[in-house]
Amino acid sequence: MTDRRTGALTIRTPEGVVFSLTLAGPVTRFLAVSVDLVVVSLLSEVVGALLGFLGVISRDLAMAATLFAYFVLSIGYGVLMEWRWRGRTLGKMLLKLKVMDVQGLKLTFSQVVIRNLMRFVDILPGLYLVGGMACLISRRHQRLGDLVANTIVVRQPKIQAPDLTQLLTGKYNSFHDFPHLEARLRQKVSPHEAGLALQALIRRDQMEPGARVELFREMADHFKKKADFPAELTAEISDEQYVRNVVATLYRAGGR
Amino acid sequence: MIIDLDKFLAAEKAYWTELEGYLDRLASSPEVRLNLSDLGRFHYLYMRTSADLARIQTFSSEPEIRRYLESLVERAYGEIHETRRDPHRFRPRAWFFHTFPQTFRRHVLAFWLALAVMALGFAFGGLALTLDTEAKGVLMPWSHLNMTPGERVAMEEEEGGKRLEGRKGSFSSYLMTHNTKVSITTMALGVTYGVGTLILLFYNGVILGAVALDFITAGQIRFLLGWLLPHGSIEIPAILLAGQAGLVMAGAVIGWGSPISFRGRLRNILPDLVTLMFGVALMLVWAGVVEAFLSQYHEPILPYAFKIAFGSAELMTLIWFLSRSGLAVDRRGARP
Repeated sequence: MTDRRTGALTIRTPEGVVFSLTLAGPVTRFLAVSVDLVVVSLLSEVVGALLGFLGVISRDLAMAATLFAYFVLSIGYGVLMEWRWRGRTLGKMLLKLKVMDVQGLKLTFSQVVIRNLMRFVDILPGLYLVGGMACLISRRHQRLGDLVANTIVVRQPKIQAPDLTQLLTGKYNSFHDFPHLEARLRQKVSPHEAGLALQALIRRDQMEPGARVELFREMADHFKKKADFPAELTAEISDEQYVRNVVATLYRAGGR
Repeated sequence: MIIDLDKFLAAEKAYWTELEGYLDRLASSPEVRLNLSDLGRFHYLYMRTSADLARIQTFSSEPEIRRYLESLVERAYGEIHETRRDPHRFRPRAWFFHTFPQTFRRHVLAFWLALAVMALGFAFGGLALTLDTEAKGVLMPWSHLNMTPGERVAMEEEEGGKRLEGRKGSFSSYLMTHNTKVSITTMALGVTYGVGTLILLFYNGVILGAVALDFITAGQIRFLLGWLLPHGSIEIPAILLAGQAGLVMAGAVIGWGSPISFRGRLRNILPDLVTLMFGVALMLVWAGVVEAFLSQYHEPILPYAFKIAFGSAELMTLIWFLSRSGLAVDRRGARP
């Protein structure tokens, strides 16, 4: 299932787990192809210089080898890189893109070869116009080569394991003195609301000071309506600390 | 209910890191094969991480953990659920003598269609030149084909192949790469419901028909055969095979009356397309060498009879190879 708005492809595994892949758009892909073209040109220069030594034996042989090597490089580069590095060329690595099977499965050699051979049509009449148009029209941003080979190109930045420990531990949470109110808070706040509060805290240092104060004031007011903590407690802490306490209460059910 | 993230992370993070380790290992060395105990562990970690992802999606909207788990599950999913055959150990001998001719025979109808369209173009080219001799410049827009056949034969026989002296190798390379590009384009245009493939086949037939008729009417049949057969007996079938691949692709794109989905149809023919195109590439390498090093020499250096015999032998061998090679394996019912 593809969501055109977010440019994501959602896959449901047989285990019932759903995950989404962010599809790469035509511009990012064009940039990756441009990098690859530069790489192929550089490689051709190097190989050409090396094969130039054959000129000692025969100038014709050197020219023949160079011509053939350039052709093999221009086709073989994409095939070899995508096969060896699981859907990545240097351009794609740089832009954090990856070729994948449209069902999220591993790429097969046939898929890699055909999607690269189909470039001969995608590149027509020049500058990947056919491929680019196909990419724009396609729900999955596929050029013709992807369509035939059943592949997609996804954005796949290396995602590190999140570290939330700093946020959730450390400071004393005065809400713990009122376990019945904490229980009510957990009951009334939805996972979505909790997620928003957590995100606001994670990104608080990126906010404008005025916006930060305003946002946490609104959030604190919102959560105050869910559970009515005593006024002497809430009066002593800032709105941001209030939200922090809410988040710590929600995400650390057993933590004291 | 909202998940206790602190506890959740403390309990599960080690498993995620272990799964990530497996995935990084597989990514950096695609040839690595996990042993049974590793496979069992890998599967367990995948299932556990999938369950964690389901929990986080249900009980928390924390996007960082969700994204991280999604990336792990997505990578592991491809490894766990891949069941398609894709042999890593390539056996060139078995591929050449069995897989390639068997694949050709499996789609022989597409080959006959490609041949028919090229033959139609051939007839059209001949007919066009017969009806309008002025059309020669349009049908054959190359200077060496625009002189009269008699002039061409005289020139070629007089210079005795000196024209290519010192550049036969690069000429051969040029022919190989150019013809391979044309073949790949012929195959790739199959995606246009085969229209592009048919046009290219027809166009090649038109040129061939016009050249052939031009030389035949000028009484230069021996030169024509001696010139074209040595490389053409391989090169023209190679273009036809590329056309066959294009039409196989077109068949999958159109999918008349097939209960299989569009994606499924294309998925099924991909290995055959690759096989045919690798075969075409080999044929064109051979044809390029022959065209540069043999076809350009004429009498008195090389007798036409020898060239015609050589070209005919190539054609016979090719026909025998494509129709008979690997037939025993076919009969035993083994799929390549």
